[in-house]
Amino acid sequence: MIKVYINDKAYDVPEGITIMQAAGMAGYKIPSLCYHPGLSLFGGCRVCIVEVEGMKNFVASCSYPVKDGMKVRTNTEEIRKARKEIVELILDNHPQDCNICKRNGLCELQNLARVIGVSSRDYEGERKKHKKDNESPSVTNNQQKCVLCGRCVRVCAEIQDIHAIDFTGRGINTRISPAFDMSFKDSVCTNCGQCVNVCPTATLMEKGYIDKVFAALNDKSKIKIAQIAPSVRAAIGEYFVIKPGKNWEKETAAALRKLGFDYVFDTQFAADLTIVEEASEFLDRLKNGGVLPMITSCSSAWMKSMEQFYPELIPNVSTCRSPMSMLSSITKTYFAEKMKIDPKNIVNIAFMCCVAKKYEAQRPELMIDGMQMTDYALTTRELGWMIKSAGINFPDIKGEEFDSPLGMSSGAGTIFGATGGVMEAALRTAYEFATGKTLGDIDIQAARGIVGIKEGKIDVGGTEIRFAVANGLGNAAKLLNEVRKDKSKYHFIEIMACPGGCIGGGGQPYAGLGSEPFDVNLLKLRAQALYDSDKGKMIRKSHENPDIKKLYDEFLGKPLGEKSHKLLHTHYKQHFPKGIIPNK
Amino acid sequence: MDEKQTELKNYIAEYLKKEDGDSYLIAVLHKAQELYGYLSRETMEFISEEMNVPASAIWGVATFYHYFNLTPRGKYVISVCLGTACYVKGAAEIMQTLKEELGIKEGETTKDALFTLQEARCLGACGLAPVIMVNGKIHGDLTPKKVIEIVNNYRKEG
Repeated sequence: MIKVYINDKAYDVPEGITIMQAAGMAGYKIPSLCYHPGLSLFGGCRVCIVEVEGMKNFVASCSYPVKDGMKVRTNTEEIRKARKEIVELILDNHPQDCNICKRNGLCELQNLARVIGVSSRDYEGERKKHKKDNESPSVTNNQQKCVLCGRCVRVCAEIQDIHAIDFTGRGINTRISPAFDMSFKDSVCTNCGQCVNVCPTATLMEKGYIDKVFAALNDKSKIKIAQIAPSVRAAIGEYFVIKPGKNWEKETAAALRKLGFDYVFDTQFAADLTIVEEASEFLDRLKNGGVLPMITSCSSAWMKSMEQFYPELIPNVSTCRSPMSMLSSITKTYFAEKMKIDPKNIVNIAFMCCVAKKYEAQRPELMIDGMQMTDYALTTRELGWMIKSAGINFPDIKGEEFDSPLGMSSGAGTIFGATGGVMEAALRTAYEFATGKTLGDIDIQAARGIVGIKEGKIDVGGTEIRFAVANGLGNAAKLLNEVRKDKSKYHFIEIMACPGGCIGGGGQPYAGLGSEPFDVNLLKLRAQALYDSDKGKMIRKSHENPDIKKLYDEFLGKPLGEKSHKLLHTHYKQHFPKGIIPNK
Repeated sequence: MDEKQTELKNYIAEYLKKEDGDSYLIAVLHKAQELYGYLSRETMEFISEEMNVPASAIWGVATFYHYFNLTPRGKYVISVCLGTACYVKGAAEIMQTLKEELGIKEGETTKDALFTLQEARCLGACGLAPVIMVNGKIHGDLTPKKVIEIVNNYRKEG
C-alpha cells in the first residue's frame, strides 16, 4: 500500500493503480469519456484530467499511475475550467440536436455536458461532414456524432478480435470506418453490436425497425406474433433502472400483449427444439463418423465470423438454425396450418438481446419458399423503448403466461442465454438419447460461469465426451486456434459471440446502475436470473417438454427428419472479404 | 502472380523474418507505392493477407499519411507551390488556371492519366516565385499564360 493525497486528504491505496481508480476508492468519480473499464487505456479525450502537485501539466487520471506521496486535486477552479473547455470543444464538433437524437436521455456525452456544467458554446466553425452508413441490416454508423473515443475500435479488436473498424483519415476528416471506407455491411463486421454497447453517443446504433413494428401492430389484417429470447427477460429490468438479477419473464409477456401482439411465444420453446435437433445431430456425427468437433450455431455473429474468418470449419458447424429462426419457421408453417392462417399474414417479431439477429433474420439461406421467416428482430433496448413509448408501466405490470402451443419451455431452454447454457442443455438431452438412462446430476458445472474459455468432459454410455465453451469472439479465436492444431481435442464446442454469452449481447440495456457492458458482476447477475429459473422448473430437459413432443407427433415426425431438414436446418458458405486475425 | 507482386511478396517475407515483423507496415506500404505508384485496394488486401494485418488497420495508416496515394497517379505530377513567396506572387491564380485547364481539382488525376495536380508547401525556389514542379523539374516566373504553354508542351510529349 502507498499513501496518496486526494483533495488534501490522505488515503492508503494499492500500488500500480491509476489516479482514477484511487480517486474512485476515495469516493470521487472523475468525469471521463474515452475511458472504459473493460478496455485498454487510451487517454485520448483528456476529459479526466486532474492536477498533480509538482507536475507542469494536468494529467489524464485514467492512465496515470499513482505514486507514494502523490498529491492529487480533482476539482480545483483551474481543473474545472480546463475540463469544461475540453468538453466544449468536443461539443463544438458535434451536432447540437439532442432532442431529436435517439440517445436523448441515454447519451454519455449529454450526461457529461450536464455534469461538467456546459451552458453555452463559444465557437462556430467548420464541422466534420461524413456520410451516414445505413446499409448494414444490424448496425448504423453516423460519424457526424462521433467523438473519436475509440471504444468501438478497441472492443472490436480487444474483446472480439475482429478488427472490422479503425481510425481512418486525419484531422477534421478522422472517422471510424471499416477498411476502404466500405459499409459495415460489406466489411468483416460480424454484427455483434458490442461497439454499439460501448459507444457513448448515437454514432453506432442498432438499425431501428421500431416504426415498422408499430405499423404492423396497428395493421388489423396481420397476425402479430412476438417471441422473446431468455436474455431479454434477464436484463430488461435494467432499462427501467431496476437492479439486475431478476427474471422478468411473465412481466415481459404481459407487456408484449399490451403492445398489441396477438400471440406471445417463447424463444425458449424453440431452444428446446434446437436442443432436440442439435443433440440428435451430435449423436449422429458421433456414431456415424461425422465431422467432429461439432460446433454450435445459435449465435448469429459467430455464424458470420465463421463464414469469413474460419470457412474451413463450415463442416464442423451444426446445421441447426438458431432458436429464433426455428420458432419463426414453426409459426409460419405448423402454427399457421393449425390455426388456418395464411403464413403471409403472419408478422414474426423477435425480441433479442442481440444486434446480429437483425442480420440473421435477413439471411437468404433461412428463407422458406421465398418467404422471410423472421420479419423483424429488435433488441432489448428497443423493446424497453417501445414499452415506455406506449405508456406501459413496466415495473408494476402484472405477469402473464406465454401463449400455447409454442410458449412452454424447459429449464434447459432458459439457460440458453448464458455462456455454457447451450452445451449444458444439449448434454442433458444427448446423454439421455444416447444411453436411454436418466442423467443424475443435470447441473453441468464445468459449462457454467463467466469465464472466457471453459472445458469439461462427461461420460455418455462409456464414451468420454470432451467439450469446450467460449464466449466473446476473441476467446473463440483462441479456442479455435487450439482446435486447428488438434482436431481430436474436443467432440463438442459451444461458441457465443458476446462476452458472457447472449446475456452480454450487443442489444442489452446501456451501462447504468454502476454497471458496464462485459462487467463480470453484471453478467453473473443476469446469468443467475436464468439459472435460478432453470432450478425452479419441473421440466429441465428439452426433450421432456410436452409441447415439443406434441410438435414432433403432430407435425415434424422425427428429429433430423425431412421436415426438420427444410424448416429447422440451414447451410453456410464462405464469405468475403476474408477476415484476418493478427498475430499476438 | 506478376513480377511486381512477387517482388512485394519477397520484400514482406524479409520483414516477417524479424521480430514483430508485422510492425513494418509503413515500410511495406512505401515499397508497394514505389512499385505501383499508388496503393490500390487490391494491393492493400494483398499486404493484409501476407502480413496478417487486418485491412482496417492498413486503411487507417494509408489514409493518415499524405504521402500515400490511394488513386493512380498521372504520368506528370504537377505540384503547385502555395508557400508564402509564391502565394504573394500569384500562386493561387496559377492553381486556378491549372484546375480549369486540366478540368480537375487538387489531388485528382485527369481522365487520360496524363496529369495529377497537387499543392505543395515551399519548394525552396522562392527566387523564381511563383513556381510549379513537374516530376521533379522546376518551372519558375510563371504567369497563367506560361503555365498553359507548359501543360501543352507536356501534352505534345504525351
